[in-house]
Amino acid sequence: MIRFENVGLRYGMGPEILQDLTFQIEPQSFQFLTGPSGAGKTSLIRLLFMSLRPTRGLIKVFNRDLSVIEKQELPKLRRKIGVVFQDFRLLDHLTTYENVALPLRVVGKNESDYRSDVIDLLKWVGLGDRMHVLPPVLSGGEKQRAAIARALITRPEVLLADEPTGNVDPPLARRLLRLFIELNKLGTSVVIATHDIALLEQVDARRMVLAEGRLSIFD
Amino acid sequence: MAQTDNNDKNQAPAVDIGRPKRPLRGKRPRKKPAPKTKKQEQGDDAKLRPAAAIVPPQSVAGRALTLVVAIMSFLACLTVGAVSIVWDAADAWQNDLVREITIQIRPTEGVDMLREIDKAVALAQEFPGIASVRAMSDAETKALLEPWLGEGLQLDGLPVPRLIQITVGDPAVLNLAQLRNSVSQQVTGASVDDHSIWTSRLSAMAGAVVAGGFAIMVLVLGSMVLSVVFATQSAMAGNKDVVSVLHFVGAEDSFIAREFQRHFLLLGLKGGVSGGVAAILCFVLVDLLTRQGSGQASSDQLSALFGTMSVSLPGYFGVFAVVFLVAILTALTSGLAVKAHLAKVD
Repeated sequence: MIRFENVGLRYGMGPEILQDLTFQIEPQSFQFLTGPSGAGKTSLIRLLFMSLRPTRGLIKVFNRDLSVIEKQELPKLRRKIGVVFQDFRLLDHLTTYENVALPLRVVGKNESDYRSDVIDLLKWVGLGDRMHVLPPVLSGGEKQRAAIARALITRPEVLLADEPTGNVDPPLARRLLRLFIELNKLGTSVVIATHDIALLEQVDARRMVLAEGRLSIFD
Repeated sequence: MAQTDNNDKNQAPAVDIGRPKRPLRGKRPRKKPAPKTKKQEQGDDAKLRPAAAIVPPQSVAGRALTLVVAIMSFLACLTVGAVSIVWDAADAWQNDLVREITIQIRPTEGVDMLREIDKAVALAQEFPGIASVRAMSDAETKALLEPWLGEGLQLDGLPVPRLIQITVGDPAVLNLAQLRNSVSQQVTGASVDDHSIWTSRLSAMAGAVVAGGFAIMVLVLGSMVLSVVFATQSAMAGNKDVVSVLHFVGAEDSFIAREFQRHFLLLGLKGGVSGGVAAILCFVLVDLLTRQGSGQASSDQLSALFGTMSVSLPGYFGVFAVVFLVAILTALTSGLAVKAHLAKVD
């Protein structure tokens, strides 16, 4: 699905912060991306999401070489990947419902076609009674679930979550984790970037550990 | 495939994401919600805002830009109105001149002037396109010369040229060159003056006014376009987060540009229409004032120059065209500015 070969990344003329990354995200796989703060987890997530281009190496996304993909083609590829950011990135002037429906609106779907899907998904993540509320009114956990719902609404093939439990208490973190596992069972590949050891210990999954710009994989 | 290590293992139900029937287990224990009545369901739907703007309108551009667009539109409309007034006046003068031709007969030794006048009148009357031919009487000629030569003038004793005034019925039918040839050949000492020098000067002046008006309009609209470019760039910078979110949910650049463009089209329409309405009010006011002040020296001079100071129908059409142009230009400019901005962002 997504393949990295000897990928390196540096910002400007600075040192290489990611070095020789070689790995593959298999279909329907579940993996944690972990490592100390500042190890480059978010940069790696951005590479996976094609919002950064590597300074060297090969990245193939859905069998397409990233170096030859035209900028105009990126939106279509990005629609196959759902992303949950640590800071949620919800639009504060849109309600929870509108935020979650956003990926469907940008592809030009009619509101009447997706309304029930969005409402069902919001109920599924426990936000059924918060769908008309603006994000500033939501709690951290609710925002996180809204962000997750927005990433899932298009049924992506890959879900990338950057510190998805960073802003929530341990019981909610466990619930969110179960949500990701459930998704994975339904066929979505999941990559969770976290440095929450407690979270890692709850699931027996592949671990990709970033340290000093290099990646070690423990299957 | 992942497996949970704790007690929650395998507790998550295999539900279809699109059509979930029940919440995940392990969630916060909640009371089973009472079944919603039909009214409540309708209430839920009513709260949905399907057309909520993705780019918040208040973040795009404030009243200042609307005011700038309104002022620019007002100035452009005023220019159109002024050009229309001058054009109409020049057209009226030109028409008057084109419809008037004079035959001048200079006195020649041994030639009977009155006979030559009759000959010229008869000749002119035969030409197609001529409405009327009238030889100026002695009294009229005297009146014309009076300011220079004083009263009590005896025309017989002076070599005064005589004039024949011709009114043209249809300038398109009249063959002026032929008339000029015939008159100069058949009437001794006669020449035809068609005021072409004046008409060419008038049309040159009217052309210069129109060109000047057009240049002013281009400058005004150009500065409006630049203001919109700056405003779009600042709106993009202010909505950086929105643009980034739209990018990662898979929005194409054209979609993002459309979202911004929509606001600017509305803004352009608002500004353009207010500027246009203000200009029309100005035209009506000036027209009323000149009509009311007729009889006073200053307004009589204006009337003598421009006829009535009222903007004609094509002038008002011009104002509508300017308003339309302002709205379209605003939207197009902002769309292009957004695309140019997005092209720089990877």
